[in-house]
Amino acid sequence: MAVRKTKYEMPEQDPRERIKNFDEVPYGYDADTAIKEAQRCLQCKDKPCVLGCPVGIDIPRFIAAIKEGDFDKAIKIIKEKSNLPAVCGRVCPYEEQCEGNCRLKKIGEPVGIGRLERFVADYEREKGITIPSKPKPIDKKVVVIGAGPAGLTCAGDLVKMGYDVTIFEALHAPGGVLMYGIPEFRLPKEIVKAEVDYITKLGVKIIYDVVVGKTIPMEEILEEYDAVFIGTGAGLPRFLGIEGENLNGVYSANEFLTRVNLMKAYLFTEYDTPVKIGRIVATFGAGNVAMDCARTALRLGAKKSYIIYRRTEKEMPAREEEIEHAKEEGVEFKLLTNPIRFIGDERGNLKAVECIRMKLGEPDESGRRRPIPIEGSEFKIDIDTALIAIGQSPNPLIPQVMKDLKLGRKGNIEIDEMGRTNIPGIFAGGDIATGAATVILAMGAGKKAAKAIHEYLSN
Amino acid sequence: MYRIVEKKTLSETVKLMKIEAPYIARNAKAGQFVMLRIDEKGERIPLTIADSDRENGLVTIIFMEIGKTTKELGTLKVGDNILNFVGPLGKPSEIERYGRVACIGGGVGIAPLYPIIKALKQVGNHVTSILGARNKSLLILEEEINNWSDELYIATDDGSKGLKGFVSDVLQKLIDEGKTFDIAWVVGPVIMMKVVANLTRKYNIKTVVSLNPIMVDGTGMCGSCRVSVGGKTMFACVDGPEFDGHLVDYDNLMQRNNRFIEEERESCKLAGVL
Repeated sequence: MAVRKTKYEMPEQDPRERIKNFDEVPYGYDADTAIKEAQRCLQCKDKPCVLGCPVGIDIPRFIAAIKEGDFDKAIKIIKEKSNLPAVCGRVCPYEEQCEGNCRLKKIGEPVGIGRLERFVADYEREKGITIPSKPKPIDKKVVVIGAGPAGLTCAGDLVKMGYDVTIFEALHAPGGVLMYGIPEFRLPKEIVKAEVDYITKLGVKIIYDVVVGKTIPMEEILEEYDAVFIGTGAGLPRFLGIEGENLNGVYSANEFLTRVNLMKAYLFTEYDTPVKIGRIVATFGAGNVAMDCARTALRLGAKKSYIIYRRTEKEMPAREEEIEHAKEEGVEFKLLTNPIRFIGDERGNLKAVECIRMKLGEPDESGRRRPIPIEGSEFKIDIDTALIAIGQSPNPLIPQVMKDLKLGRKGNIEIDEMGRTNIPGIFAGGDIATGAATVILAMGAGKKAAKAIHEYLSN
Repeated sequence: MYRIVEKKTLSETVKLMKIEAPYIARNAKAGQFVMLRIDEKGERIPLTIADSDRENGLVTIIFMEIGKTTKELGTLKVGDNILNFVGPLGKPSEIERYGRVACIGGGVGIAPLYPIIKALKQVGNHVTSILGARNKSLLILEEEINNWSDELYIATDDGSKGLKGFVSDVLQKLIDEGKTFDIAWVVGPVIMMKVVANLTRKYNIKTVVSLNPIMVDGTGMCGSCRVSVGGKTMFACVDGPEFDGHLVDYDNLMQRNNRFIEEERESCKLAGVL
């Protein structure tokens, strides 16, 4: 039988409907479709897909289990490597990773590995998650700073080996960017909570409201624990550095998304945290966070939502799927356009942005063609709200209280390939080490560090 | 969960609470603040630490019932819990032996000034405190501050206590009388800090102000609290809350503090606390 060339469709909410709610956009496969999609897998002996997975899930094996209809076995195989499958099945850039290496790409679309992962993770969650039996305890204490994807993964792996693991989290909720950054319609918070719940049931303790270095001095942490993993992320928002950026109505993507996602401002007045959106919203930047901002703005009632970006669609860092979703929902892309200044009214409220048109020149150090302003092409766009989504820098809190920690050029913590910092016993990973990247890369880093911590504590 | 172990009414709209938070109590220094969230649906708001008791693990907060959260907080009783209470955040005040220090507080801003006065006095400064309030009944912590001050002056808008006028009038008077100051700390309403900073600028007195803009996380993550200081954008939560009073753009701060005024009103109205 010839292999079907395209993935089985995953049904989605109609774009006209979904911009009125915060419910998840795709519905996910049902069991029949999942089995049919699993049948597309060629079961390559050399497993090229696994090479593309930052946490090394045995993909052909879990797909084979789905094919047999043994979903319990499938999720067990995934969980050998990943503690957050329902999250990864939603937000991983599979097209560049596992699916990017799929042999089926030669004849058509790759196997929908992300969709299959999501399906079995959801299957297990709905059925009730099984907690594996506890390993023999190891009498060593590890502390993890930050309950984001890197920290949760590192903690989960270590607790499975038998270590006594505590996570300190500055916010009141776990998940880091999964909770404050990624919107509900892309990653429902109940799913994050369920996956974190699994990790705590494995035995990880999470203590909230602790800013390490402030609430508890670093020296006390170093005294009490045998090893430290720092996973404090890239929480420091970047601004454009142009006139009028402190006007009312200009938000960092982080502020906007934290208000909406973590504080649930989309449910104001049921929840107390407000957010103001106005009629016309412009998001600056074109990564995944920018798409999240522009799509969230529509759901909050914006009449128009623009993405303003200085290069062209080809250079946009966002995933194709996110750009497609944004377009379907009516987000307008104003490309080769760069903001020069924000203009406010007499009360300090934003009312317009002045932009300049750009053209592409020679490639820069990133390999993308450098945008160059076209003189005399300045023009104004009326807007009520501006969302700045041009990236985040590593969180400076820990480096500030650990002066001997070696830092990179961008304030990131320098680590080796195993997540070791320059100080023995101190490990780091995720965005704090790499600068803003993806959830799965942070998880991969957490995983490597867990191995390195085990090695360190075994000697 | 953080238990309220003591509650006092300081004036019509100002309340004091002691909260059980041993880690914060142990590590808090003058000038720092906490973020709190009353319950699952609550907002995160910053409040400056008014005092901390290491031995008993207690943190004192003093707040004016002005918005939804502070009004709701005011209805809580001894034994009730606050869901989230995180700190101590921000940079501590730079406490040194400066010589002669003027400590100027207005309204509920007197509360965060108190630990600063105490710390300044403890390292041997000559502390002149100037406290202001709309009227006598709204004046807080007079006795406590008197205990740590070499001189204490009071100004009320209606003259019901001390000089009739503003704290800036008192400072001007003291300067006119020939008193000199090596540094000034000013905490209170933004407009008061602006006026006093304009005055101290004229006399070249180095001035520290403590700002309280709208915050969300309080740990440098969102930039909601950004303020313009000497033309540079700073985050009050991690770069402050104290800044050089002669460099702050107060007008921008006042505008930014009004960002959600309509929403606040709506929220209060719905909760029946307006």
